[in-house]
Order: sequence, then structure tokens, then C-alpha cells
Amino acid sequence: MSQSKKGRVWKYGDNINTDVIFPGRYTYKLLEPAEMASHALEDLDPEFARKVQPGDVIVAGKNFGCGSSREQAAACLKYAGIQAVVAKSFARIYFRNAINLGLAVLQCPEAAEALQSGDEVVIDLASGKIISGSRTFDFFPLPPAVLGIVEAGGLIEYTKKRLAAKP
Amino acid sequence: MGKTLSEKILGHKAGKPVQAGEVVTVSPDYCLSHDNSAAIIGEFRKIGVPRVRAPEKLIIILDHIVPAADEKYAQNHKTIREFVAEQGIPNFFDIQHGVCHQVLSEAGFALPGKLIVGADSHTTTYGAFGAFAAGIGRTEAASIWATDEIWLRVPETLRIELAGALPRGVYAKDLILKIIGDHGAERANYEAVEFAGAGARGLSVASRMTLCNMAAEMGAKNAYFEPDEKTLDWLQGRARADFEIVRSDPDAPYEAVLVYSLSTLEPQVACPHTVDDVKPVSEVEGRVIHQALIGTCTNGRLEDLEVVASILKGKKIRAGVRTLILPASREVYLEALRRGLLETFSEAGCVILNPGCGPCLGAHQGLLAAGEAVVSTSNRNFRGRMGSRDSEIYLASPATAAASSLEGKITDPRKYL
Repeated sequence: MSQSKKGRVWKYGDNINTDVIFPGRYTYKLLEPAEMASHALEDLDPEFARKVQPGDVIVAGKNFGCGSSREQAAACLKYAGIQAVVAKSFARIYFRNAINLGLAVLQCPEAAEALQSGDEVVIDLASGKIISGSRTFDFFPLPPAVLGIVEAGGLIEYTKKRLAAKP
Repeated sequence: MGKTLSEKILGHKAGKPVQAGEVVTVSPDYCLSHDNSAAIIGEFRKIGVPRVRAPEKLIIILDHIVPAADEKYAQNHKTIREFVAEQGIPNFFDIQHGVCHQVLSEAGFALPGKLIVGADSHTTTYGAFGAFAAGIGRTEAASIWATDEIWLRVPETLRIELAGALPRGVYAKDLILKIIGDHGAERANYEAVEFAGAGARGLSVASRMTLCNMAAEMGAKNAYFEPDEKTLDWLQGRARADFEIVRSDPDAPYEAVLVYSLSTLEPQVACPHTVDDVKPVSEVEGRVIHQALIGTCTNGRLEDLEVVASILKGKKIRAGVRTLILPASREVYLEALRRGLLETFSEAGCVILNPGCGPCLGAHQGLLAAGEAVVSTSNRNFRGRMGSRDSEIYLASPATAAASSLEGKITDPRKYL
């Protein structure tokens, strides 16, 4: 089993929206990954950007990423080192954006309910499991039609390959 | 079993019958982007193709920070203008036109049966004309520029049947806030929302745009009305292309049907900091506001401004309140000017802004300090969206915002009508 490295859980509630993940006042100003990461979740949890470690996991309730189509709300978490967002459900544009950028978004109501801030978890994308100590949670697999995008490392790489394959 | 409008439009594009739940790869009729085109250009360059595949399908409208508020924004706009010239993109609207959703509709691209995607969450607005219109992200917009294709999941459909007519002082905004408040910000996640029934047919085109715009706030992928004579009247002289009216079949499958009676509705207010924390105005009356924002792509059309003018005519905004008027487009602005509405606003003490998005997304032109509250006719009240994270946004109809401006606190507009 190809398990990820251990990460700590940052737990948040329902309807975490794109404005608190990445405020609109920065959307057309901050373009550098490190800058974007330093403002991630600023209006929800000002501590997050300072304390997050590579490999950490966000765990949230329903409708994570609702609101704007701004892709920075997915990118800033990826740049902050978040390896996955586990939620009861995702808003649809956020879900698409995350996949297109290669940020793992895992729909798993059981894990979203049970995991708490500070818990240590490992994630196995290939077998669809989230493991925390003695607890194991299975997550909702991605639709096969979009797996190709994730496997290619995001939509840009996927599109490049597809264009190259066309005669 | 019949087909829904979404199944028909996406099936037509996919070249085969499709049903809800399937993922199809399709070529959209139009692809909208705005100031975020600068970022999309960056992604497009990474793909490594020299030319946009179908430049005539791109619609680029500068609206989010117009005119450029600082050098950084100015550079973004410059990058976009240069790309438009380089690629020969015919449908480019520079900063003077207004908010993308209003401008795209006025310019006759939002047509029945069309498949429109846009790198903006409120792209759902064009369903008011019977189009399938959905928001996407900027990376996938770049991919469409390169390939003229996108993957879409065919949505299930939630039907909302409207009966009766809206009473005096109650508007489409109150209706959509009530629906979102009753059912939550994710009720229609990944779904199409179909507004139907005699009550839907009674609504103006502008009101239909308000409803489809805000359906995004209940998670909808797309939202629509069946085109009728009002739609066709509106499109007269505007339509840029031939179109075919697409309707759901009478036996189309629905995930659920919600029924609303318009005649018993009251004015509604969405309280900080979520769009689904909705209360009747009577429960929040008296809360102090420091600013009112009237306009935006949700409620910046002529019918909205006329209601506001009827309330403000001959009166003064309460001292200490800043009231910002943000018409949705230059066309709306010009007509409001001709009808004397702008004069009424200025006499009342309002600040009239140029058409654009500015304060709605907290970019410029009227942000909030800590401890301040705004009543806004826009579509989102998320924490920190319009400035300080310690400010508050109440969402309401233009009438409620206007009445609240006069009193400096949230006010039921019906006493002024």
C-alpha cells in the first residue's frame, strides 16, 4: 500500500467559503505561490498559515469551497502544503478546480465527522483509505472520467498530453 | 422517460442521448472570462499551443477592478488587451461596459439552447434566457482556449414551481433569499435548478436574471427559465446568432419539486456571514448600517434602480450612511440617466459608481472598516468579503437597501412604497 506521509488534521465546520479560504482583496494581486500560501484561510483562522506543515490535512463539513470560482482558493492550500481536503461534501466549482490543480479532494462524511484537529492521519489515494491510528475510513472514489486528469498531475499537463497525442 | 433541458442541450453537444450523472466532453458555444483572463493567459501559455482554438467563442469583459485601481491591476488589463489583439479575439469588452453577466446578456450572446461556460461563479445568470450556463475555473478556461472542449457532468434537476404574483414591496431577490434560507447553501449542489409555473412566467426578464444569478448560492451548476414571449421580446434586436428554444419534456425526471407561493412572501434579509442565514425583515429591523450597496450583477438593472428612485425621490440619505449606486452596465447607466434616476440618487446624497464589480468583491470603491455593517443587494455576505473580517454584510432587495439608507438601520421597504 502506497501511503502518504503523516499529516496533522486542521478541522473546520460547514460551508467554508472561498472568501475565507482566499480573500477577494488578494485575488488579482498575489500571484506567487509563497505569497498566496501565507494568506490561506486568513479570514477563518489567522493561525493557520503560520503553523501549517507540509502534509497536513484539512477536514471540514458540508459544502467546502462554496462561493466564488476563484481557483486561488484551491491553489493557496496546495501551496501551503496541504496534501488533501477531506469533507462531507464539496461545492462543485471548488471540486473541479481542486482536481484541475492536482489538490486531492476526498468526500468522506465518516472521516469528516470523526477526525479532530491535531489527529495524525495518512492517506492512501490508490486504495481510497484515510487511516488515523486504529481507525480506517473509505472515501468516495473520483469518477473514472476525471481520474485521468488527476493521474496526469492536473488539467494543464493532461491537456498537453492530449494535444500531443492528436495527429 | 422524457429529458430535462440540461440533458437535451448537453446531449445535443455530445452528439448522443445523455442522462443525468453521465460525464460528457463537449464544445461550448461561448466561454466567458473577465479580469481573471490575465491568469488564464498564464495557464494557456503553459499548455504550449500558439493560438486559441476558437477565438470567436471567447468573450472577455473587463469588470472586476475597473478602472484599474492600482498598477498591478493596470498591468493585468494591459496583458489582456495585448492578448486580445495578438489572438484576434473579436468579442472583447473593455472597462466601460459593465459587469460581465449583464454585458454578455445585453450583447445578445445569452440565447436559448446555448451552452455557455464562464470563469465566474455567477455565469448561471444566462439561464434566464433558457441557456445552459455554468461557472468553471480558470485552468479549465485555459484548457478550453486550447482545445475548444470541456468535461461536464450532466446534472440532475431540481424544479422550483412558482405560483401567484409578488406582493407590493417584495421582489425576486426576496424570493431567492427565502428559498436559499429554507433549504440551505448546498441544496442544489451539482444540480440544475428549473424555475417554472405561472409565477415564473409572470416575472420580468430582469427578475429571472436575479434568480438564476443567485441560484449559484445554493450550489447550482446551472439554473434556468423556459423561454417565452418576454424572453423573445428582450432578445429582439440583440441576438447575435440563430438559436433554438429547448424545453424540458413534460415527463422529464426531477430530483425533487419545491413549490413556492409568491403572494404570501415578505421582504427577506440574509444575515452575516452566510447566504442561507435568512430572516424576514421584521426580525432584523433596526440593526444599524453604515453603508448601502445598491446594484451589482444581482440587482443592478433598470427595474431595480427605478424602485430605489421611487423610494429616495425627494428624500435624503441619513447622515452617516454612505449609499453606493452600482449600475450593472453602461446601458443601464445611460437609461437611468435619461430617465432622471441618477439625478434623484445624487440629490438624495448617493455616490454613483461606474458600472463594474469593485465593492461587491471587496476589491475597491467602498470597503468596510472593522465594526461597520452594510446592507447590500449583491449575492454574497461571506466574512471579510467587502473589507474587514470584522465587518458585517446583510443581503436584501434594492427596496430594502434604499429604505435602510434613509433610516440608517435595516428597514422594511413597504412603508415607503
